[in-house]
Amino acid sequence: MAKVIKIALAGEGGQGVQSIAEILAEAANEEGKNALYIPNFGVEQRGGVSIAYVQISDGAIGAPKFVKADILIPLSPRAVKRTKMHAGKDTVYIYDNSLVQEAEVNDNVVGMQYFDVTPPCPTADEANRDMQQDMIAGEPKTCSFTKPGPGVDPADIPENVKKVIACPANDIAKNELHPRVFNIIILGAIIAATEVLPLDTIKNALEIKLGDKFKANPQLRDMNFKALDRGYELIKSAM
Amino acid sequence: MAEVSLQGEQRVFMTGNEVVAWAAVAAKVDIMYGYPITPQNEIMHYWTRLAPKYGKRFLQTEDEISAGFTMLGGVMTGRKAFTATAGPGNVLMQESCVMAEMMRLPAVYVIQQRGGPSTATVIYAQQETQLTCFGGNGEGHRIVFSTSTHQELFDYTLKAFNAAWTYRFPSFVLGDGYQAKMREPLTIYEAAARGVDLVPTTPLVGEAKPGQFKHLRNTYNTEDELYEVVMANQRDWDAMAPKVVEWKDMHCQDADVVFICHGVVARAAVGAVEELRAQGKKVGLFRPITVRPFPDKQLADAVKNAKKVIVAESAYGQFLKMVDLALCGSKVERVPVLRPGIGITTEELVEEYNKL
Amino acid sequence: MQEVRENNVLQPAMPKCWNEETKPHKFCPGCGHGMILKALGEAIDELGIQEKVVFGCDIGCSLLSWDFFACDSVQTHHGRTTPVITGMKRANPDIIGIAYMGDGGGYAIGSQHLFNAAVRNEKMTIILCNNCNYGMTGGQMAPTTLPGMKTETSPYGRDVEQTGYPTKGPEMVAAVAPEGAYVARGTVANIRQLKGFIKKALENQLAGNGISFVECLSSCPTNWRTNAKQTWEFVEKDMAQYFKVGELRTPQAKEGK
Repeated sequence: MAKVIKIALAGEGGQGVQSIAEILAEAANEEGKNALYIPNFGVEQRGGVSIAYVQISDGAIGAPKFVKADILIPLSPRAVKRTKMHAGKDTVYIYDNSLVQEAEVNDNVVGMQYFDVTPPCPTADEANRDMQQDMIAGEPKTCSFTKPGPGVDPADIPENVKKVIACPANDIAKNELHPRVFNIIILGAIIAATEVLPLDTIKNALEIKLGDKFKANPQLRDMNFKALDRGYELIKSAM
Repeated sequence: MAEVSLQGEQRVFMTGNEVVAWAAVAAKVDIMYGYPITPQNEIMHYWTRLAPKYGKRFLQTEDEISAGFTMLGGVMTGRKAFTATAGPGNVLMQESCVMAEMMRLPAVYVIQQRGGPSTATVIYAQQETQLTCFGGNGEGHRIVFSTSTHQELFDYTLKAFNAAWTYRFPSFVLGDGYQAKMREPLTIYEAAARGVDLVPTTPLVGEAKPGQFKHLRNTYNTEDELYEVVMANQRDWDAMAPKVVEWKDMHCQDADVVFICHGVVARAAVGAVEELRAQGKKVGLFRPITVRPFPDKQLADAVKNAKKVIVAESAYGQFLKMVDLALCGSKVERVPVLRPGIGITTEELVEEYNKL
Repeated sequence: MQEVRENNVLQPAMPKCWNEETKPHKFCPGCGHGMILKALGEAIDELGIQEKVVFGCDIGCSLLSWDFFACDSVQTHHGRTTPVITGMKRANPDIIGIAYMGDGGGYAIGSQHLFNAAVRNEKMTIILCNNCNYGMTGGQMAPTTLPGMKTETSPYGRDVEQTGYPTKGPEMVAAVAPEGAYVARGTVANIRQLKGFIKKALENQLAGNGISFVECLSSCPTNWRTNAKQTWEFVEKDMAQYFKVGELRTPQAKEGK
């Protein structure tokens, strides 16, 4: 029975966890592996934590969800609390230790049940500007939280996991790159933690997903690839 | 207008809802009728994007009652039509389902089950199993395929149209929110590329020849009149059942313990069986693909050497009832794992086995 | 009108599209359904569309018309004839779809279908028989029961404070249907006019303009417990006073026509 790598990502609406889960699963599929991605979806509400489940294997994949993750990545203080049940003794636990706090999701996304609709960036001037307009041709939208705050309470970090890695992706995105590539740093981190796919496969996947944007603005490509490499190296050195 | 959109075959990575829309394209469906409800919405989203490119149509109705009945109108004119729904929408659609049963209409329904009762969750459940098989004031003369993978979702959606137009019983693809929303790879194909013949359609009304008119009846005056009609349907049903019944079994021959599941839960059981077999445990899996007609003889045969069966479902006993009926008279011990409205994982099934 | 002599009695001829095998029909003596269906039959004959018609009938007394015509026909469920014919017409626009129903089917259990078919301007014809009560189930109060009128479920007379006023269907359809709709209310008390309305309604569908809706004021002496004279008085005076007969919407003549 081929090993199945189980990855759970959790974050605030607007952090782009579903986007990177999708890119990851698609890249694995392109690589000829079996991949299964399922978002948790429901009635969007204030303070909702968005969780993405991705499984990658050379063989068949069983149930779409799982209890214990091999890689668990909660990206906000609230997500840390919400995903405790997925942490087990074999889990590599990567969390964002930037000193930020989650903003409230804007009221006007309440009631949405379409998981591909990324809730608007909570800190944007116009909340709806970030909303995906076309459900099929939509690009992934993401942002980091720039609101300063206490960050993750260390007491919430589960014990008895295989490894805990703190990754200040939010701060790096904000200070070194751009808030919008926050989730791409995380994507790089996942690749480093799992080595499930070569980094180039992800770059190809990004190229497919964002090719038009890259063409219009080549700087965007550099920034995304830089973010990917940054996340990868950060975790590689910690593993 | 282009007739065929799908040429040959193609490996794709998509959501289950998108798979259904492509399967409808592959089945050369003429028109979809629908009403928004999560988690089936994207079937309509994809269909409305695909349909105009291939000269196909869509009607968004005022509710699921209307979606069901407009679809019946569509099939009566000899056009291939379908609808999709979930949860409370499935409840409203039952009225049209029984009319399709009674009048032997080749209706096709795709059900993406969500949590119930009532509005409950928009996420996932297997709580519409009894409703889809037996909802309505009738005998449940329906063909219900419970799929487990995206490949099956495609294959059996195609099959549902063929079954409906061959046997003239309403046919259902019983999926769920997980299957609707998850993405995984599969191969979509043009029916001809795989040697699948699409059953031709014929109009029941609307293309009358002078002096030859059809009156489709749905109301009967006496008990005896109705009895004759229902019994004729029952005879057709009995003759058809062995031809459409489908199931899968895995390592049942020498198994002491057999998991019995349907739909997406069977995926977890496949994982559990592989894991436990690797440890040398004698376990197997039996999975009805058609939950109606139910493979009762096949199930009884598959578990005849087993000591225990673990019946797992994301509902409180809806599937268990069907299993109990099929195993009536068998001494094998039933261990139910009943989790209404919540997913069942491989780990949980392994744990249930270890508790035995 | 054609007339034939049979057994030395002068009889009006049946419309050609009537199904002779099912005559005499199954409605009660004095019922208005037969008169409406005769007007409809003559309109179908005059337009020569017998082979293209699919006639859908609702549940209630209207279901008795399931084999009334030598036309393709289908019985549906209570209130669901509008969506069934809608679905047919959408799938095969070449048919002439006629949905035939009573006031309960159109204004109560199937009102959402009628309303939305009108809003979408479905290219179909709906003919609704208004007889102020649920006939087949034994004379209960209907959406169209007149104020103060006694029925099985309003034995002391319809109390408008409790149950509201009678539904004015054509007025509702006329209010919501877009350009191209034809809406009228006729009465079995003026069959020549009613037939004209029904014919225009079918022509409107043939022209593909939009929805066509004709409500027919009709009689139900069995449940009204009226004799012939009282029945006609009720149709001609009481009903017509509340439900105004006439055309409410006609499609604008297209330019160049």
